[in-house]
Amino acid sequence: MHKSNIKRAKSVLLAIFFTFGLMGNLFAQGHEVAPTTENISEEHHEEGKLDIKGEIFGHISDSYGWHLFDFGGHPVSVPLPVILISPAHGVTVFMSSEFGHAPHFVPANGYEMYVENGKQKIRFADQNDTSAFYDISITKNVLCLFLSIIILWFLLTGIAKKYKKNGANVAPTGFQNAVEPIIGFIQENVAKPNLGKTYAKYMPLLLTLFFFIWVNNLLGLLPFGFNLTGNIAVTLVLALIFFVVMLINSNKNFWGHIFNPPGVPLGIKFILVPIEILSNLLIKPVALAIRLFANIFAGHTIILSIILLIFIFAGLSKVAGIAFVPVSVGFSIFMFFLELLVAAIQAFIFTNLTAVFIGQAIEEHHHDDSHGHDHH
Amino acid sequence: MELLLPGFGLFFWTLIALLFVIFLLKKFAWKPILEALNERESNIADSIASAEKMKSEMASMKSENENLLNQAREERSLLLKEAKETKDKIINEAKDQAKEEANKIMLEARQQIEMQKNAAIVDVKNQIGSLVIEVSEKVLRRELADKNVQNDYISKLANEIKLN
Repeated sequence: MHKSNIKRAKSVLLAIFFTFGLMGNLFAQGHEVAPTTENISEEHHEEGKLDIKGEIFGHISDSYGWHLFDFGGHPVSVPLPVILISPAHGVTVFMSSEFGHAPHFVPANGYEMYVENGKQKIRFADQNDTSAFYDISITKNVLCLFLSIIILWFLLTGIAKKYKKNGANVAPTGFQNAVEPIIGFIQENVAKPNLGKTYAKYMPLLLTLFFFIWVNNLLGLLPFGFNLTGNIAVTLVLALIFFVVMLINSNKNFWGHIFNPPGVPLGIKFILVPIEILSNLLIKPVALAIRLFANIFAGHTIILSIILLIFIFAGLSKVAGIAFVPVSVGFSIFMFFLELLVAAIQAFIFTNLTAVFIGQAIEEHHHDDSHGHDHH
Repeated sequence: MELLLPGFGLFFWTLIALLFVIFLLKKFAWKPILEALNERESNIADSIASAEKMKSEMASMKSENENLLNQAREERSLLLKEAKETKDKIINEAKDQAKEEANKIMLEARQQIEMQKNAAIVDVKNQIGSLVIEVSEKVLRRELADKNVQNDYISKLANEIKLN
């Protein structure tokens, strides 16, 4: 009883910490709002006006340095490596700090940085050079990716070591207790009902997907501006992996249903076959990718918007801004709890749908039975 | 709309990293974890099954014991009944034998008594006979002493005889 009270207090404190952490980040950036907006000349913002779109997208989208906070008007950020591969100019690797900071970018190594819609971008310093180049920089999100993988690696191999050391018949301890029910849940409620007898083959994939998405959803709630699962590139990769696994394991029955749906008149087949092709080979993976991306992206946007309301009101009058702080903080705490829930739910939905779709692709025909029944 | 366009760099790194992660986690994390969990699952199932078996065995043993107990009880009552019957039989036999013996003794005694009685009666008869003879001898002797009377009597008898 006493222990749970402490735990509750701790989680509330954590939520408040997150909220103020984010706010602190915004406060810090608020100072540089004017110069930043001035810099984005293409957007034609009025001087001194809060660039809400830029603020939100600046937080949500990727960046080349890891911006922590501003100190004395100067942004303090961790520089990250920029890796550019150009067929014409070869491979160029340098730290993002060589570009300088937001208002005063300087060209470096033949490239220069600019900001568009609150998103940092790189182009050739020579504006006339229109040749293509590939950008595989270690950006903030790539850093987050590596970080989350390290966390996952140590968490899961640590648990695996415990199992190896203690064997199967020792009661689980520590993190084992947290992970074990999730593994059990995925095995019993996701893998077995959808994948049937061959479920064990897909368990590692499903578990990796679930834990990767979940850990990254949770990391996205930390006030460091990580937003990995809210990025379409990441969710597309996840969906792509699912898609490849589905294609590799799909059986004749699956393809038969797509290209020659049983029990359908020929005329309707002309309509049905393109629909089947679209839904199985395009909509399934793309819907998976967009669902996860949109959910996490929306959650981040809402939290940022609620907090930015303070600054919008403060723009009207200082009193209104201060008066709105409790409302905004209350809402964002609520949203954080909601997002904690969404983090787990979306990870589960992605995993479950992966299992369902793979299950449909490897299903042996017992459809014929039901068709047979229809004829009777 | 720009948000929906995946960045190449992130896509590239995520693809490489995730492929590695899936492969490595499968080998170093999920395999031992899942193996251990499945082993535990089967262990628990086995334990429950063996416990269930033990339970049913215990139940059958208990019923067996009960059967044995009942059998023993029946046997005991049977033995008691038999013993009682034997006892009654022995007692009755003894009684019958005793009665028979007694009857036999009585009969013998009665025969003896009868015999003694008859002997005594015979004896008494004999004694009475000899006494009668003695007395009659004495009477006869006295009667025959007076000759005149005898003669008178003989003459009288002779008179009575009518010669036809």
